[in-house]
Amino acid sequence: MTGRPHQSFYQRYEGAILGGGSIVLLLGLWEAAWQAKMISPLFFSGPSAIAKQAVYAWTQGNLKGDLLYSGTNFTLGFIGAAIAGVVIGILVGWYRRLRMLADPLLNALYATPRVAMIPLILMWFGIGMWSKVFIVFISAFFPVLVNTVGGMRAIDRDLLRAARAFCASDWQIFKTVAIPGSVPFILTGLRQGVALGLIGVVVGEMFGGSQGVGFMVAYGGQTFATDTLFVGVFIIAAAGIVLTWLAERLERRFSQWRPER
Amino acid sequence: MAVKLQIDHLTKRYWLERESTQVLALNDVSLGVNDGEFLAIVGPSGCGKTSLMNIVAGLLPYEEGTVSIDGKQVHGPGTDRAVVFQHSSLLPWRTITGNVRYGMEMQKRFDETTMQQRAEHFLKLVGLTGFERHFPGELSGGMQQRVNLARALAADPVVLLMDEPFAALDSQTREFMQSELLKIWSKAKKTVLFITHQINEAVYLADRVAVMSSRPGRLKAIFDIPFSRPRTLALKRDPKFLEIEDKIWQLIEEESDRMGMVVEV
Repeated sequence: MTGRPHQSFYQRYEGAILGGGSIVLLLGLWEAAWQAKMISPLFFSGPSAIAKQAVYAWTQGNLKGDLLYSGTNFTLGFIGAAIAGVVIGILVGWYRRLRMLADPLLNALYATPRVAMIPLILMWFGIGMWSKVFIVFISAFFPVLVNTVGGMRAIDRDLLRAARAFCASDWQIFKTVAIPGSVPFILTGLRQGVALGLIGVVVGEMFGGSQGVGFMVAYGGQTFATDTLFVGVFIIAAAGIVLTWLAERLERRFSQWRPER
Repeated sequence: MAVKLQIDHLTKRYWLERESTQVLALNDVSLGVNDGEFLAIVGPSGCGKTSLMNIVAGLLPYEEGTVSIDGKQVHGPGTDRAVVFQHSSLLPWRTITGNVRYGMEMQKRFDETTMQQRAEHFLKLVGLTGFERHFPGELSGGMQQRVNLARALAADPVVLLMDEPFAALDSQTREFMQSELLKIWSKAKKTVLFITHQINEAVYLADRVAVMSSRPGRLKAIFDIPFSRPRTLALKRDPKFLEIEDKIWQLIEEESDRMGMVVEV
């Protein structure tokens, strides 16, 4: 871009400066109230105490182990869900009869809150890591699946007509129209899957077991260790922000051809 | 002159399941398009011209009558035809070059080098050199229709089918595209079957204009358009042009009066 008028540093980063400013302001007020002993450490905590606890848990405690444990559970479950969701979604979306067979079953499963299945999953997989992996899987699987099926079904009739007129075979239509057309839907599914998978891993670890960030939050609550609890909450929030941001980047990367950017 | 596209006694019926009645979309249509000829079909909406186009393109099955190209009867799509659609129907995730190559890639008639050369050649012909790496969403409606045209020409059809290709454009772009099309056509030298509901578009572009009537769709008359080529847009104000346009108009209007319906312009 040439000829763009010069922008000052503030103009260029106005959004980041205002957004960051509000967070800094809030943290400052919170810390001031904490220092003034206006907050009971039994029910809440202060930024400095949380930071101190985070450093302690990282250097002396088991924070590294908890992060690794939760991270592994999430990664395994999510990758499984992404692969299964996309593959099954493409098949169900492409084959009409398969869709008729699978639709009622999938809708019923989709409508069931996954949290309700956690006790059952614990019975199946025990309280070890595989129950968590499976909870992440089942949480992330459905959004990926439903969006992929939606993408396959939303084939543009005009494109289909054009492909047919140029003698395209079913396989060619699948490759050149159905799959590329589904990519934005699949990526939306993955983004939703990331968010739900993250909830899955936290809730799963709260329910059973003795490790992970979810456990850390639950344990902090049970022992009135509010600073530990907040370390966990902030880690989960940060993970959510980073993963969603990555998923959005990926979405944008693959929808380069979209006119509205 | 050799006949490229021959339509003989073509009749198309649709069955309306709900009312268990049949609708006659095309009734005994016979028409020949000569080698290198530009033939336009004009008619009010519901006259079956879209059905006719879909049948010739191989997108709609037919049972009564024959459609043949170079003497071979057609059923289903074939490499001897290419369609320029009303909506550009370009693949939004493919670049302009990728879209121009699309028809050729599907038909697998050319090797990679030839496809690339043909894509470049036809992009140049439609005046889109420099836009190779753009995506369709970045182009205006008129430019998208040029890509649509280049895609069809690149597939090297015997007969080029154009299904109201400018109907979705604004009137200025449409006029401009009409004169562009004539320039491109004079270089590409293709046999063209062009469908439109605009009488002046048909008269301006075509060597002959076939007029269809509605319900059932029948061929009502064929007009020879005597104007020499190259034609300029100023031709549309020529008294002789207006006279032919008026004659076709009256024919369609009288038809519509008979049917008791309003002609859409």
